[in-house]
Amino acid sequence: MVRKAVRKLGTGWIFLAIVLVIYGVLGMFNYGIFEKAILGFFNLLLTVLPVIALVFGFLFLTNLFFTPKRVMKYLGKGSGAKGWLLMIAGGILSTGPIYMWYPLLSDLKEKGMKSSLIATFLYNRAVKIPLIPIMIYYFGWIFTIILTIYMIAFSVINGMIVGKISR
Amino acid sequence: MESKEIRESGIKVWNSFKNVMPVLTGVLLLVALFVKIVPKEIFAGLFTGNAVIDPFVGAVFGSILAGNPINSYIIGGELLRNGVSLFAVTAFIVAWVTVGVIQFPAESMMLGKRFAAVRNLTSFILCIIIAVVTVFSLGLFTW
Repeated sequence: MVRKAVRKLGTGWIFLAIVLVIYGVLGMFNYGIFEKAILGFFNLLLTVLPVIALVFGFLFLTNLFFTPKRVMKYLGKGSGAKGWLLMIAGGILSTGPIYMWYPLLSDLKEKGMKSSLIATFLYNRAVKIPLIPIMIYYFGWIFTIILTIYMIAFSVINGMIVGKISR
Repeated sequence: MESKEIRESGIKVWNSFKNVMPVLTGVLLLVALFVKIVPKEIFAGLFTGNAVIDPFVGAVFGSILAGNPINSYIIGGELLRNGVSLFAVTAFIVAWVTVGVIQFPAESMMLGKRFAAVRNLTSFILCIIIAVVTVFSLGLFTW
């Protein structure tokens, strides 16, 4: 029965239903926090809406111009150093929360993008150029430079390990 | 470009939007809830002062927490001011952005369970290693 419901509704809707149940229970026991969380949700939603539009815009364009053959060439098995560099730059320059990029990456994966490059992209989401001044303010510029260099270097190591194990 | 291709691409995007929206909405609701129920001050009390255990604790809490990375810098800065080691704070801020426990359901649904598990576990281990090498390298530069 559960399996039937999952198949009919899809795991995404089941997941959302579970979260809504948590909110429902919270609302019954602590309305104050429930209200604050709902307000927080709408604030969060407002900040991510432009990113959602950007990601689905990208998705539209990749469906239009990126055939599986082209994806394989730039981000597939034979992509080489070009693929790594593209993903490092893409990860650093991409904006918004990490989970907003899952649909686009999932689409590119179906077209032949390597798991290692997806992992590298996601890891480089940690390097955010607009936030560097804030990091310098709290931790100093030497720390910021060292950490940024290590994050980029380790993103490749992370990608290699994920590519090998999750194959 | 043919209008048929544009329409097909539009339909594909709409279908993936329909699949993704419940997951993203669920993740946003969880993040909002987490930010509201866990006060920032709670973290300072979690660290023991032990140079080996603290980076691990930092990485665990950085993995569980979600939200804008600015918050991790602010919390990290406060932790440093309260005497928590730089090892722990570095592991905390790196884990905040590279490991995602709250996002895990969304990541595994869209990119595969095995991929999400391996990526998060690898990122968790690497954030402790990054913390150690960063602090040692910093020691070399500020010596």
